[in-house]
Amino acid sequence: MDTIYLLIVLAPLFGAIAAGLFGRQIGRTGAHTVTILGVAISFILSVVVFWAHVFGDAGIYNETVYTWMVSDGIHFEVGFLVDNLTAMMMLVVTFVSLMVHIYTIGYMKDDPGYQRFFAYISLFTFSMLMLVMANNFMQLFFGWEAVGLVSYLLIGFWYKRPTATYANMKAFIVNRVGDFGFLIGIAALVFYAGSLNYTEVFAEAESMRDATITIWPGWTFGLLDLALIFLFIGAMGKSAQVPLHVWLPDSMEGPTPISALIHAATMVTAGIFMVARMSPLYEFSVAALSFILIIGAITAFFMGLIGLVQNDIKRVVAYSTLSQLGYMTVALGASAYAAGLFHLMTHAFFKALLFLAAGSVIIAMHHLQDMRAMGGLRRHMPVTYVTALIGSLALIGFPFFSGFFSKDAIIEAVGYSQIPGATFAYWLVLAGVFVTALYTFRMFFMVFHGEERYDQAHKYMPDHGDDDDDHHHDHGPLQPKESPWVVTVPLVLLAIPSVVAGYFIGPMLFGDFFAEALFVLPEQDVLATKGETYTGVIAFVLHGLMLPAFWLAMAGLGTAWYLYMKRPELPGVIAERLKLGVRILEDKYGFDRFNDWFFAGGTVRLGRALWRYGDALIIDGLLVNGTARSIGWISARIRHMQSGFLYHYAFVMIIGLLVLMFAYVI
Amino acid sequence: MFADWPILSLLIWLPILGGFLVLAAGRDAPHVARRLGLAVAVATFVASLPLWFAFERGTAEMQFQELASWIPAFNVNYHLGVDGISMPLILLTTLITVVVVVAAWESVKDRIAYYMAAMLVMEGLMIGMFAAMDAVLFYVFFEAMLIPMFLVIGIWGGPRRVYATLKFFLYTFLGSVFMLVALIWMYIQSGSFLIQDFHALQIGLTAQILIFLAFFMAFAVKIPMFPVHTWLPDAHVEAPTGGSVILAAIMLKIGGYGFLRFSLPITPDASAVLDTLMIVLSLIAIVYIGVVALIQSDMKKLIAYSSIAHMGFVTLGFFLAFYIYRNTGDWEGASLGIAGGMVQMISHGFISAAMFLAVGVLYDRLHSRQIADYGGVVNTMPWFAAFFVLFAMANTGLPGTSGFVGEFMVILAAFKADFWIAFLAATTLILAAGYTLWLVKRVIFGAVANENVAGLSDMNRREFFLMGVLAFFTLLLGVWPAPLLDVMNATIDHLVAHIAQSKL
Repeated sequence: MDTIYLLIVLAPLFGAIAAGLFGRQIGRTGAHTVTILGVAISFILSVVVFWAHVFGDAGIYNETVYTWMVSDGIHFEVGFLVDNLTAMMMLVVTFVSLMVHIYTIGYMKDDPGYQRFFAYISLFTFSMLMLVMANNFMQLFFGWEAVGLVSYLLIGFWYKRPTATYANMKAFIVNRVGDFGFLIGIAALVFYAGSLNYTEVFAEAESMRDATITIWPGWTFGLLDLALIFLFIGAMGKSAQVPLHVWLPDSMEGPTPISALIHAATMVTAGIFMVARMSPLYEFSVAALSFILIIGAITAFFMGLIGLVQNDIKRVVAYSTLSQLGYMTVALGASAYAAGLFHLMTHAFFKALLFLAAGSVIIAMHHLQDMRAMGGLRRHMPVTYVTALIGSLALIGFPFFSGFFSKDAIIEAVGYSQIPGATFAYWLVLAGVFVTALYTFRMFFMVFHGEERYDQAHKYMPDHGDDDDDHHHDHGPLQPKESPWVVTVPLVLLAIPSVVAGYFIGPMLFGDFFAEALFVLPEQDVLATKGETYTGVIAFVLHGLMLPAFWLAMAGLGTAWYLYMKRPELPGVIAERLKLGVRILEDKYGFDRFNDWFFAGGTVRLGRALWRYGDALIIDGLLVNGTARSIGWISARIRHMQSGFLYHYAFVMIIGLLVLMFAYVI
Repeated sequence: MFADWPILSLLIWLPILGGFLVLAAGRDAPHVARRLGLAVAVATFVASLPLWFAFERGTAEMQFQELASWIPAFNVNYHLGVDGISMPLILLTTLITVVVVVAAWESVKDRIAYYMAAMLVMEGLMIGMFAAMDAVLFYVFFEAMLIPMFLVIGIWGGPRRVYATLKFFLYTFLGSVFMLVALIWMYIQSGSFLIQDFHALQIGLTAQILIFLAFFMAFAVKIPMFPVHTWLPDAHVEAPTGGSVILAAIMLKIGGYGFLRFSLPITPDASAVLDTLMIVLSLIAIVYIGVVALIQSDMKKLIAYSSIAHMGFVTLGFFLAFYIYRNTGDWEGASLGIAGGMVQMISHGFISAAMFLAVGVLYDRLHSRQIADYGGVVNTMPWFAAFFVLFAMANTGLPGTSGFVGEFMVILAAFKADFWIAFLAATTLILAAGYTLWLVKRVIFGAVANENVAGLSDMNRREFFLMGVLAFFTLLLGVWPAPLLDVMNATIDHLVAHIAQSKL
């Protein structure tokens, strides 16, 4: 087995190195062949591993690959922990990655950075696998930051665009704020447990509950609460939870395939995975769970609202991703880790599908992304249309589609939860269902239905100011057509799990699929409560039809249909009436403005002041040059004595002699 | 088989004599000067390899010792030896000198023989300082080493080189005078100049504090710590590329080395009393200097400030030990902090060298270090851009690069000392990302900013080789730091056991 795990990780790394360093030598075909081969090997072996763990009798694999270093008796190691949770993540990551690799052949075919792009996405796959397969905190942090690095490189892929290089810097720094918390959390755990290894730290969980740490005289915290909240701050960065969500919408500056792979399906779910992986710790900290629950609920509802006013097709999907990540987070906070992971999986499929469908639309529209210039595309792009419909239905939680099962499970679990803040969270996620359906089908109808508005394309064409990208803009009327097979085949392949993945709800949520990986205290086990009444998929759906979530989703869909199909003039009227609300949403609640002014601007102003007054004025001006000046002053005085006249020297010598003599006499 | 050979003497005198040879043979023949200089540097590097391979791990004893009487009247000896702290620093020195010699190949046009000679002599003196077991020998090398550095800045430096040299001199001279007094005082007490004998001295607290402050003056200036750091940005800005590389990669480490060799083991009780001061100054270096780095408009100044912030981790790691003991009641975590500081020093040797070389590559082409003069360099220099981003990421402490290892260790150890120390130290994750990536954004990314940038040519094979070598070590140390730790662990554990004993 050892070799298989190693091969899964190293195959994409090899592809990345080959395409990255020798891209010019192996050419475009060589680059995509070698990277796709690497990821395909990874995927096939991941299937084997999944099979062995889930259906076979492979036990939990937890071994060291090599010792990174030993210092002060602490072993820093690189190693793999593979159980059902890891196996599922590996399967999701390699599958979506493979689809995105194939899709990229079509999407990036005119791009001069073709080889570089393949190198990056393969490197990403390697990093993400290192993250999910880690058996210790150091390697987790490695994967955590490495995916951040690749995300940085890919958001800024079109490096000539000022917006892209701004967005990638912002993404990295905001993520670093999260990583800052993550590192403190790790340090707190190592402080107590003296080890970085998961199993060894988990073993201390219960005793750690009683440990306290005094931050300030009279200000004492539970050590575990503190450590876990700081760890979660890391997850807030990576999984884009309020208020560290600000980087994700801007990350849409990157090419669409990576929006699907990194900023929807895999990397942004790293935080969800991490908390679930740490469930043996989080279970013992109600404070941390409550914090998670509230942050998640706020993200789920309020980010969804912003999606209602976006006109860029990718940004709608991006805000939808934020909102859905909020749902997963809420599930974690309610101790329904399995439900969070289940939604992670279904979301990975249908959101990657939606992004790639959006990309297919963007290709057809010649890199135009504004929905106000689209419409009626269903006639020109049948495959994209049908697959996008499947993705949309899954997203809003339409019965029998995958999202229905995972979202319903989360909402019900929160309803059962006794964690402080659960009631608040319950109402927000419930209201979020309506919002989700509304923005999703607003987008769907604006893009695929209604009248064709291609003649307005010039009004909404992005002005990126790069020259070699924009050659293919013909200025005649736009005639969208279906994308090539390398684009549509991944859409179809992703559409299949977007429907059927939901049927695994039985074993994954109420069975023992995650029994070994997740730990839930009996009194917090809301899924077990739900599981008592679970009798099968059909019954689950029938039961779901009677719940408010379903009717809210239908109401959202209906509203979208009424506003954007039946009475297309109405949205403008409503926006006019609710001017203030729309302005707040378009301003994204002012997060960006505040961060730019306070954090970015404030730090620069502080730096200027410190440099000018601290370094230049006080240290250099007064102390250093002051010393130099004093020496200069004294030596200038002394220099007067060196007048060059012999009698002066003689005079001084005589005086000196007299002084010495008197000193001797006295 | 190498244990009995006088390797250390060879490493000291080969480059010094080689330097004079270069001067004699290459004064009027630049080609000869370059080739001969390279030959000497490479020979020294090769000669230093047995130190690594024949070094006995698992013991804190001084190895490769050489002893000869020098000034019998004062019991001064020519006594050399290395342990797990000094040996890696010597290897760093021999490696970086090769890099510096190659880097000067085309970019130094004026008086190349003198330049090569200065670099080689400086190498020998620095190795002598790391290898000295006798305090007088140490002091002689410590002071002598500055002379070639003054010359390098003074002759090949920028327009304000006189001011920079003077500032450099004023700072370092003020520091080392007090150290000399302390050394003589300890000689009077112990009757020996052997540094190990100083370690064994029982000294009262007041005397310890005075000695500590004397060493502090010498080493805090070198490393440099806030508030005696302002000479460094000026020296870097005026120094030629090679001078900057030596300064950042090796000379700063002398301060750190001094703290480990003198301050901690000789005055542990004073260190325990004054550790809060040291930690506060280190944290100021990390936070304050990090913020100041952000607004620099000169690339070299920015990297110089970044160096000071990174050195803050070194001093922080070194002085956590007593804090940890007071907080937790045992010394577990102390050697993690010290080892972290050591790793940070080695790692910074690679990364800062690479960053200064990168600025040199740009400077050779456009003769400007101003960030505002660049923009969109990636369009014309893709390979350079790739290396630059790699080293920038290493500078921000990305896991997988050497920049991560030391900071990670120090932050883990800091948490054992105090929550807030770890908290403030960890802000480097954000600050370093801020100033480094903003630099990358303005210099590397974007559309071609002006005609000068449009005319840039990518790195030549020589430059590529230099960057490649440093990238190799940056990644190697990031992916597998175990070999380095194996070399250091015994010495550091021994040091911690030593400072745990009060001398009062």
